[in-house]
Amino acid sequence: MSVSVQQADFDVGAEIEALSHGRGDVGAVASFVGLVRDASDGAGISAMTLEHYPGMTERALEEIVAEARVRWQLADVRVIHRYGRLEPGNQIVFVGVAGAHRGEAFEACEFIMDYLKTRAPFWKLEETPQGARWVDARDSDDSAASRWE
Amino acid sequence: MNIKVLYFASLRDAVGRAEESLELPSGISTVADLRAFLADRGDNWSALGTGRNIRAARNQRMAGPSEPVSPGDEIAFFPPVTGG
Repeated sequence: MSVSVQQADFDVGAEIEALSHGRGDVGAVASFVGLVRDASDGAGISAMTLEHYPGMTERALEEIVAEARVRWQLADVRVIHRYGRLEPGNQIVFVGVAGAHRGEAFEACEFIMDYLKTRAPFWKLEETPQGARWVDARDSDDSAASRWE
Repeated sequence: MNIKVLYFASLRDAVGRAEESLELPSGISTVADLRAFLADRGDNWSALGTGRNIRAARNQRMAGPSEPVSPGDEIAFFPPVTGG
């Protein structure tokens, strides 16, 4: 299965290894790991809770992966996104793309992250010393996604 | 017609509930109609008003304001997404 939405942590090394395991046609694996930071917009962050829309979130991620596979010739793709309460340093998201060459692997990895940021239903609630606050969407995420259109 | 409506994240906090089943009066045929109907209930529901940046999904797919609403639909309203 190429898409997982889960509370559990993931093993980056094992995920990367699985993308080319047992096959000789993979010449490049590109990956991205997103982590929880300890500060955001001038406030300290002690934790964040990721909410999602069960069912729609998985479907949205699968559609993004399908779109990447239309745009680039890819050997394999893996997307993992966590939900629930996470602390600074914890892993949030993994995107791994295997292809014959680095060009398509790099591009598809970036494309998947840009689309995930604007199309997959996740919302972050940050815990700060002043209390909990919902993270606002960034215009820069929209412009990052629009460059692929 | 009867539909299910879901609210997520800051919008759920603002309206004070996560979901509801609704019997819609006649004349509501699109997502925009539904949103206006909900916002017109006043008080907390003004969080769905036209000036707010709210997205919608119909049956778990992103839906624009002109998307039709049919009996049995699951319509969700939520703020712009912030995952990743």
